Amino acid sequence: MAKKLNIKDKYRLLTRDLDWEFSYVDRKDAFPFEEFEGIKITDWSKWEDPFRLTMDSYWKYQAEKEKKLYAIFDAFSQNNGHLNVSDPRYVNALKLFLTGVSPLEYQAYQGFAHVGRQFGGVGARVACQMQAIDELRHVQTQIHAMSHYNKFFDGFQDYSHMHDRVWYLSVPKSFFNDARAAGPFEFMVAIGFSFEYVLTNLLFVPFMSGAAHNGDMATVTFGFSAQSDEARHMTLGLEVIKFLLEQHEDNVPIVQKWIDKWFWRGTRLLTIVAMMMDYMLPNKVMSWKEAWEVYFEEAGGSLFKDLARYGIKMPKYAETIEKEKEHVSHQAWWIFYTHGHAAGFHTWIPSDEELDWLSEKYPDTFDKYYRPRWELAKEMEAKGERFYTKALPQLCTTCQIPMGFTEMDDPTQVCYRDSVYNGDRYHFCSDGCKDIFDDEPEKYVQSWLPVHQIFQGNCGGPDVENVLSDFYRMNLGEDNMDMKGSPDEKRWKQWKGVA
Amino acid sequence: MTIEIKTATLEPVRNTYAHIERRFGDKPATRYQEATYDVQSEKYFHYRPLWQPEKELNDPSRTAIKMKDWYDFKDPRQFYYGAYVQQRAKMQEVAENNYAFFEKRNLMACLPDGMEAKIIKYLIPLRHLEQGANLNNMYACSYGYGTAITQACLYNGMDRLGIAQYLSRIGLIIDGNTGDSLAEAKQAWMNDAIWQGIRAAVEKMIITEDWFEVLVAQDVVLDCLMHELFYVQFDQWLQDNGAQDIGMLTEFMQVWAKDNNRWIDATLKIAAAESAENKALLETWVSDWKQVISEALSPLAVEMLGSDALALAESALDKRLMKAGLFK
Repeated sequence: MAKKLNIKDKYRLLTRDLDWEFSYVDRKDAFPFEEFEGIKITDWSKWEDPFRLTMDSYWKYQAEKEKKLYAIFDAFSQNNGHLNVSDPRYVNALKLFLTGVSPLEYQAYQGFAHVGRQFGGVGARVACQMQAIDELRHVQTQIHAMSHYNKFFDGFQDYSHMHDRVWYLSVPKSFFNDARAAGPFEFMVAIGFSFEYVLTNLLFVPFMSGAAHNGDMATVTFGFSAQSDEARHMTLGLEVIKFLLEQHEDNVPIVQKWIDKWFWRGTRLLTIVAMMMDYMLPNKVMSWKEAWEVYFEEAGGSLFKDLARYGIKMPKYAETIEKEKEHVSHQAWWIFYTHGHAAGFHTWIPSDEELDWLSEKYPDTFDKYYRPRWELAKEMEAKGERFYTKALPQLCTTCQIPMGFTEMDDPTQVCYRDSVYNGDRYHFCSDGCKDIFDDEPEKYVQSWLPVHQIFQGNCGGPDVENVLSDFYRMNLGEDNMDMKGSPDEKRWKQWKGVA
Repeated sequence: MTIEIKTATLEPVRNTYAHIERRFGDKPATRYQEATYDVQSEKYFHYRPLWQPEKELNDPSRTAIKMKDWYDFKDPRQFYYGAYVQQRAKMQEVAENNYAFFEKRNLMACLPDGMEAKIIKYLIPLRHLEQGANLNNMYACSYGYGTAITQACLYNGMDRLGIAQYLSRIGLIIDGNTGDSLAEAKQAWMNDAIWQGIRAAVEKMIITEDWFEVLVAQDVVLDCLMHELFYVQFDQWLQDNGAQDIGMLTEFMQVWAKDNNRWIDATLKIAAAESAENKALLETWVSDWKQVISEALSPLAVEMLGSDALALAESALDKRLMKAGLFK
């Protein structure tokens, strides 16, 4: 009798061995996108399965998780769990999450489904398919987790419509559009590696920890439930990078270029997390600066040490980013505060205690550059002159964030870069964003820049108010403006029985 | 008597998300509705895909089928992720018990002589066909439009991987976990003359461009004919020849087909009812693929079941097509 199989071989038979060599059509017609990016795959069989999960186990484990999760959702809404959050301001972080992040889970589902069909290697394909269905899980469970909040707070109700149109939501939307529009290998480096592996602790985790610290049982339970999925996604991201680097030495510079690009793109996207952590959470988890130091500088640093043996270097502009951690959250919340009439969530001036916390966490920058602004805002508000800017911001062509970031060595000077392509001048917030454009201008000239679109008359009008109410479908006076005096705040006071 | 626990009642500001309210009115929505309708991005994409610059990232024109509203494709099972995995988990629990019982009682040893060879030759090669079905449904999922139909294609694609794995386990039970029977079945799939027609048809399907056509070819035509031949007629043959215990190992596929047909039949019906153009297109695709697949399956059906088998399977397909509103 022949030798029995070990687990690894058994899993191989249950997945990899299902594939076969085509005889009747050209295999390249079945998997047509494997070559155009210049990546060389010499042998798909060298792919190491990052996790060995057969479908029967998948259904079983995931169903157990879903059952528990939905039991909590039911209990949460039955008992009006929203009343237990630390402070109604907290709910605005959830609005940002549902309008800005959950639709990205959907795009991740679509992107992984695409590569889960297009990769010629069955091992990689199956792993990507499992991530696709996980990502669908995440967007749907997030919609269900927020469903109860939507019944009691403003700003959640049109998240999908808003994600396609609203000025600041084009930042996350274009990020994922960029990755999905790329070839399959760039998508995997962008999302599987840079996003899911390197940066997930700075996106997913802060929102979930924020929920834990602020009494949000629905969201934090989702977070715990998704943790084991995320762990699988991280191992896939790491396997992809190692596989590409081991397949052919010509892949190394291509992968390095993608890491540089997606690392920069990712840190720009994380600006919203920075601001959420430092300004929107009534009970703080840690400062953005601390999170960056723990999760990128320490964890990421040791990862790139590991990758050095393949010839991979730290991402370009890592030094600039190290300086940015002192500034971006303050600069971003100021942009939202001053554009609070055009935001789909409420903004506010930090309380005195919060200002002191920021001074303590950012001893080198906050008192010097940012606290004076808030002191001025407080004075104006006290006089009944809460400040809203009348102007629409100029956007960076690449990351689409308003051009409000400064030179990191001179925080009083806004950073401007530009490039000319086919006779038109394009503007950027940073060297990183300019580099990305210069490498693929034909891609980025297509950007649907919300402010340009408004000025071109493609978003209704004529006034900004019309754009907000008709094109974005914001309920003006309810979804937008300051937290003070908002219907959210009034209802909260009623529920809590305070004047 | 009922008991009533007093809870604080707070009046909600709204019952559901605004896009759900626009579709179904201001009332509490189901989890399927909130998880499905209008979740996919519709407009204002930033960049054309490098791999298909003539299309948008999400683009309804990847098929010739036209729908005014792609969310008409309501899944009668109302599967969103949570409902889907919980339903499949129940099915796998039954399957797990069946497989465990089959192995514990060593039921393979009770099969009549020569039966194992027939199973290896006729049943186990289907694991490759299921792998093709996985690719085809993932294709429809990734090129399709709207959450309603694409999520159902994804569930189908994952189901097919699961079925391929159950079929492989039947082989591993036969060969005592050596993998020899899987190798033998793969040889049949690759080289045996009776399998070459259907392998060629599957390969052709995999490179077909229109995703809705792929769905019709795979989930409507091939799946129906295959199910009738293997899980109805061959299953009956096994029963008639003392191998009814194999039914314990294919029960999952039997239950699955019933469940899946509810969805694919509804999908076909909705697409056909939308317009005369859709109906004509679907009829063309069905006719073309029925011819290709029937011809391909013919030598296999004749050898496995005799000369009437394929005609029987085809009439089952025709009945379902009629019910979906085609060819009338």
